[in-house]
Amino acid sequence: MKKVNLSRRGFLKATGLAGSGLVLGFHWTGCTPDGTPAEIAKVVLEPNAYIKILSDGMVTLMSPVPEIGQGIKTAIPMIVAEELDVSWDQVKVEQAPLAPDLYIRQAAGGSQAIRQLWTSVRTAGAAGRRMLMEAAAREWQVPMEELTTNEGVIHHEKSNQSVTYGDIATKAADIEVPEEVELKDPKDFKIIGTSPKNVDVYDIVKGNPLFGMDMKKEGAVIAMITHPPAFGMRPKSVDDSAARAIPGIKDVFTITAFPADIDTPWTGNNAFPELVVVTGENTWNVMKAKKALKIEWETVTPGENTADHISKMEEQINAPLTEPDRIDGDPDAAFKKADKIIERTYSAPFLPHNTMEPMNFYANVTGDKVEFEGPTQTPQRLRDTTAKIFGIPEENIKVNMLRAGGGFGRRLYGHYGVEAAQISKKIGAPVKLIYTREDDMTQGTYRPDYRVKYKAGIDAEGNLIALTVIGTGTSGGPVVPNRFPAGAVDNYAAKNYSLDSNITTGAWRAPRSNFIAGAEQSFLDEVAEACGKDPMDFRLELFERSKTDPVGEKNDYDPDRFITLLKMTKEKCDWDNVPSGVSRGLSAYYCHNSYIAQIVDVEMRDGKPMLQKAWCGVDCGIVINKDGAINQVEGGILDGIGHAMYGNITFNNGVIDQQNFDKYRLIRFEEAPEAIETFFVDNGIDPTGLGEPAMPPIPGALANALYRATGKRLYHQPYIFELEDKDIDLG
Amino acid sequence: MATISLTVNKKTYKIEAEDDTPLLWALRENLGLTGTKYGCGVAQCGSCTVLVNGVATRSCVMPAKSFGDAEIITIEGLAENGGEALQDAWIEHDTPQCGYCQAGQIMSAAGLLKANPNPTDKEIDQAMNGNICRCGSYVRIKAAIKTAIKNGGVS
Ligand code: FES
Ligand code: FES
Repeated sequence: MKKVNLSRRGFLKATGLAGSGLVLGFHWTGCTPDGTPAEIAKVVLEPNAYIKILSDGMVTLMSPVPEIGQGIKTAIPMIVAEELDVSWDQVKVEQAPLAPDLYIRQAAGGSQAIRQLWTSVRTAGAAGRRMLMEAAAREWQVPMEELTTNEGVIHHEKSNQSVTYGDIATKAADIEVPEEVELKDPKDFKIIGTSPKNVDVYDIVKGNPLFGMDMKKEGAVIAMITHPPAFGMRPKSVDDSAARAIPGIKDVFTITAFPADIDTPWTGNNAFPELVVVTGENTWNVMKAKKALKIEWETVTPGENTADHISKMEEQINAPLTEPDRIDGDPDAAFKKADKIIERTYSAPFLPHNTMEPMNFYANVTGDKVEFEGPTQTPQRLRDTTAKIFGIPEENIKVNMLRAGGGFGRRLYGHYGVEAAQISKKIGAPVKLIYTREDDMTQGTYRPDYRVKYKAGIDAEGNLIALTVIGTGTSGGPVVPNRFPAGAVDNYAAKNYSLDSNITTGAWRAPRSNFIAGAEQSFLDEVAEACGKDPMDFRLELFERSKTDPVGEKNDYDPDRFITLLKMTKEKCDWDNVPSGVSRGLSAYYCHNSYIAQIVDVEMRDGKPMLQKAWCGVDCGIVINKDGAINQVEGGILDGIGHAMYGNITFNNGVIDQQNFDKYRLIRFEEAPEAIETFFVDNGIDPTGLGEPAMPPIPGALANALYRATGKRLYHQPYIFELEDKDIDLG
Repeated sequence: MATISLTVNKKTYKIEAEDDTPLLWALRENLGLTGTKYGCGVAQCGSCTVLVNGVATRSCVMPAKSFGDAEIITIEGLAENGGEALQDAWIEHDTPQCGYCQAGQIMSAAGLLKANPNPTDKEIDQAMNGNICRCGSYVRIKAAIKTAIKNGGVS
C-alpha cells in the first residue's frame, strides 16, 4: 500500500481534489435518440472533480483528457473507479470540459496522459472512497479502520452493517478532504488490467452523434476556408461574384486569423494566416461556392520542391561530421582500424496526418466571450492563443472537447479553432468551420521529410566498434543522440541538422521516432548480418554491453527492460524455428517511455510478399485497459506499415501533388497483416503510454522481413517504390 | 431548389435541397442523420457508405434526387433492418479506435453479408478494400465480420 499525503502544498489544487461538497441539482445521465433526457438521477456528492456519486447507485466519472481514439476516456475513469472501489458496471463516463483549475494536463500528446495522471487520478478515487468511509464510520459510530469496501458498498463486519455509496453520500457533504489517503496495492487491482469496452463503442456503432462534424448548434452558419494553393503564397484579390450567386451563400470575405505581431506557438503553427472565407446555410452550397471563387494569389516566399529538399539534405548529411551532438570515444580512428565499413542512407517523405474526421470547430464569439466546441488535442493552448489574440481574459473562453475522429498530432495545432473564432467575430454569429478533405491534406502540419546516414565499423572478429549517425529534416532532424545504440558502442557520434522551409511541419504520431526507429533498426539488421550474427543475438549483445559497461554518461533507456522484452519476444514467436516459407524481421525501439519489440513474418505468394503475422512485445509497465492497449498496438502497427509502405506527400513549387485519397495512398484492408499477437511484460512498474510507441519500430521489422523474403534491402520510404523497382515518385 | 423525395430507414421524406446535393449531405443536413460520415467526398474512403436496395453505396457523390424511390438504409436504421448481429459483433471485438470510419465499415460489411452470407477471406478483403480506417482497425473489422457471420449475419 502506498500513502499519498494530500496536505502537501499545491497537491489538492493540482489534482482537482479541492472543492468537495454537496451538489444540489440534476444530472443528465442519458439521452434518447431524439435528444431528450432519458432519466434524471440526482448527484448527491461530488467528492472531487473526477467523481459524482448519484442517488441511483451509479457514479459518473469525469474524463479530463481529450479522446482522439487512444482510449483515454475509458482508461482514466478505470483508474479512478479502481481506487474508489466501485464496479465498472456502476460507472458512467463523461468528458470534462477544459477546466485547468480542476484538472492537470488536459492534453492528448506525447503518450503522456496515463503516465502523468496516474498518481493524481488514483488519489482522486482513493480520496472519494475515504470520504464515504468516514461518513459511514461517523454514522455507525465505529472506527473507520474497521470498514471495508467492495463494488460501491461499505461494510462493517463486526456490527454486520452495509451501506451503498449512493446512500451514505448524502451524509458525507461536510466531510473534509482527507489529509492522507492510501492507494491500493497493485496486486489487489480488480479493474486495472481488465478489458472493458471503449465507453463510446455503442454510440459509435449505432451512428449516434459524437463528433464535431455531427453537431448541430442553434443558429450556427457553416463556414469554409480557402487557403493558398502553394506554400509561400497569400491571397491578393478575390472575385466572389460567382460564389455569391450560389443559393444559400451568406458571405465571402478575407480574414487574418493570426496577426503577425502576436506570438502564437503551437496553435499558430500554420503557413496561412490569411484566408478567404465562405459562409452559408449548408455544407454543400458552401463547398460549391468555394469552388466558384476566383482568387488571385501572390508569392511571398518561393515555392519549394521535393527534389530540392532531397539534394539539400544529401549535402548536409554528407558533409564531414563536425560539432556532433554527442560523441563517445573516437569514431574516426575506429573506422580507420575497422575491417569492414557499412554506410547507408535512409529517407522518408512528408506525411499528412489525414485524420479521418477533417479539421472542424465550432466557435461563438459574443462580446468579450468565446464558446468553443470541437475536436482538439490541446484545449488549453487554444484558449491561451484566443485570449492573446482577442485581448480577453482566459476565464471568458470556454472549450468543450468532443471525441475526435483521429488526432495523430494534427489536432495539437488548433489554428482551425482560432479561424472559427475569427469568422464568428466577424459575422457576429456562431460558426461551424469545416475543412474539406483537400483543405485538410493541403493545409497540414506535416511529418517532416527526413534523411539520415548511418556508418558502422566492424572489426575482424565481427564486433561493432564504431557507429555514427547524421540526420536532417525539414525544420528539425530526426536523430535522438542519447537513445540506443548510444551506450552500447565504444566509438559513437550523433549529429542533427535542420532544413529551413516555408512548409509547415509538426508533431506526427511519435515525432522523429516515426522515422528514425525504422532506419536504425534496418541498419542494425544489416550490420548484424555483416558481423555474421543473428539479429536477435546481436541486439541482445549490444544491450548487455550497455547494461554491464555502458559507454558515455547519459543513455536514455533502460537496457534491462529491453533485454527482458527481447527475450520474451524471442520465446513468444519461437524465433529459432521460423516456419518454412516464412521470412522474419525484427525491430525494437524505446520512445515515449515505453519499450516495444516487433516481429513481422512475410510469405511470398505468387511472387508477391504477403504480411502474414506481426508480433508485438510491450513494456509499458502496468497495463490499464488490456484490450484497449492491444487495440492501440494494432493501430500503431498498421499505421507504421501503411505509411512506410505507401505514404508520400511531394511538393512542386510549393504545391502538394496529393490532395485527396485518389492520389494519396493509405493502407487498405487487404494489405493488413493477417494476424497480430500482442503481449506485455508484467513488471508492476508505474504505467506509461501507448498511443505512439507501437508505431515507430514496425517499418524496421517490415523492411528486415522483406529483405529476407526478396533479397532487397529497403532504404527509402515509401518502400513500395523500391520494392516494385519504380523510381521514387517526386511528384 | 427542388423538392426531393427520399426513402430512408423505411420512412419517406420530402426535402428541399439543391438539385445536385449529394445524398450524403441530404442525409446529414436535411434529415439530421449524421451517422453517415464525410471523409473525402470523392468516393475513395467509404466513410459515407449506406445501403441502397441492399447494396453498399457511397453517398458522397451521387445526387440525392437520383435515388428515386430506392430503399436507403443508414447506420441509424441498420439494427431495425437486419444488422443488429453485425453491430453487436463490432461491440464484442471493441473494434473502433477513433470510431469515425466505423459506420461506413459496418455498412460495407452489411452490404457484403446481404449479398454473400458466407464470404471467403478474399471476398471479405475485396468488399472492405474501399473503406479506409486511418486508425488501422482492419484486423478487428475482419474478426467482427466473422463473428457476425457465426451469429446469424445480416438479414
Ligand atoms: S466520403 Fe464518400 S467515399 Fe469518402
Ligand atoms: S477508427 Fe479511426 S478511422 Fe477507423
